[in-house]
Amino acid sequence: MPVSFTVNGQATSLTLDPRVTLLDALREHMALTGSKKGCDHGQCGACTVMVNGQRINSCLTLAVMHEGDEVTTIEGLGSPENLHPMQAAFVKHDGFQCGYCTPGQICSSVAVLKEIEAGIPSHVTADLDQVAFSDAEVRERMSGNICRCAAYPNIVAAIRDVHDHA
Amino acid sequence: MRQFTYERASSPAEAAAAVAKAPGAKFIAGGTNLLDLMKLEIERPTHLVDVNRIGGIDAIEATADGGLRIGALVRNTALAADARVRKDYAVLSRALLAGASGQLRNKATTAGNLLQRTRCPYFYDPARPCNKRDPGTGCSAIEGFSRNLAVIGVSDACIATHPSDMAIAMRVLDATVETVSPGGQTRSIPIAEFHRLPGDTPQADTTLKGDELITSVTLPKPLGGRHVYRKVRDRASYAFATVSVAAVIAADGKARFAFGGLAHKPWRVEAAEAEFGRGTDAVAEAALAGAKPTKDNAFKLPLVRRTLAAAVA
Repeated sequence: MPVSFTVNGQATSLTLDPRVTLLDALREHMALTGSKKGCDHGQCGACTVMVNGQRINSCLTLAVMHEGDEVTTIEGLGSPENLHPMQAAFVKHDGFQCGYCTPGQICSSVAVLKEIEAGIPSHVTADLDQVAFSDAEVRERMSGNICRCAAYPNIVAAIRDVHDHA
Repeated sequence: MRQFTYERASSPAEAAAAVAKAPGAKFIAGGTNLLDLMKLEIERPTHLVDVNRIGGIDAIEATADGGLRIGALVRNTALAADARVRKDYAVLSRALLAGASGQLRNKATTAGNLLQRTRCPYFYDPARPCNKRDPGTGCSAIEGFSRNLAVIGVSDACIATHPSDMAIAMRVLDATVETVSPGGQTRSIPIAEFHRLPGDTPQADTTLKGDELITSVTLPKPLGGRHVYRKVRDRASYAFATVSVAAVIAADGKARFAFGGLAHKPWRVEAAEAEFGRGTDAVAEAALAGAKPTKDNAFKLPLVRRTLAAAVA
């Protein structure tokens, strides 16, 4: 069936089997292979993209459910010549080893900083009305992005760097 | 994933009618649990009715009696962050934030959260018998690895637990689930009667009919008091509860408690709450009377006692 949405600012129309997930639409039908398929069950976060500004697992949603939506993938955040500040910080702080989880980590961390700025509380927020950046907040909010190389301390350092220099 | 057809519904009654018309049809909203199960072919809908575009069921609004009406499509992130929920129903914010990951909470809906299927490892393994997945095939969990499974309200057919954190808070707050049927008839189901015990029919998690659509969940007027959600799990974040306690403790010493990770439904024994004056151990003893743990999960009984003590401390 036909579906139209915007990916990284570009209007896109596709004809898809309803079974195609948003992740498979991006990777297999649009050649945007930055978003990765890890577990394909919403457990690892490698497929994280932003839809209408909110981070979601693109493997757990059908492409046909996104008529009219605005999707941002890692390819829409920056380019090799012009890195997004979060991409530059991951390089600077060595926030990865094999790199497979990295696009999802970066999409998630860009959204995490916006969520903290918007005052959305987390499990570790002591007072639900006082939301502030801390390493503990970053660790809790990034728990849906697994890094099997365990680059976690450097990922937190990269996110902190972007926060401090924003 | 099995093949299915897909349509978008534009009103609650239209959605319910569309599901009633097509045998094997299901509603889809956030999809975070349904698509997971469809990939494993544990859920095999023939037709999906997408309810995400339905207007009027995506807002949180005040009710005439001083409570809140939470639209079925309100996402978990939005519900946890709502200023009224943070202030007057903090146990609900806390329970939501203790569940899943940021990505999942952005997509998961209020109604869908209530309808989550169990995470019993045997339900998730199509190679093993499971009465909930394939009625009549037997329960692999009772003699199997049952560390995380139910200790109370169990049957010879099923010892699965209900996985939601949000539902435990909804139970302690005495929420009501509002639904619509294909003919447009509405129904209000008290949360206590919404989830069920397994008995001989563990395939049914709730008392909802297959073509009945949840339109909202309503909360009575604020209870006041101190709100706590204490969750014990195998890692610090992004794991289902081993044991959890939702507590609302009033200034006059009265309290309400609901428990997660123990049963096929949010576990609340109102009569046990009257024991609070005698201490939390007395509450736990009364709430867990008749428990039937396995050798793997008997540790949950002392863990509930300690978690309850920690929750009110």
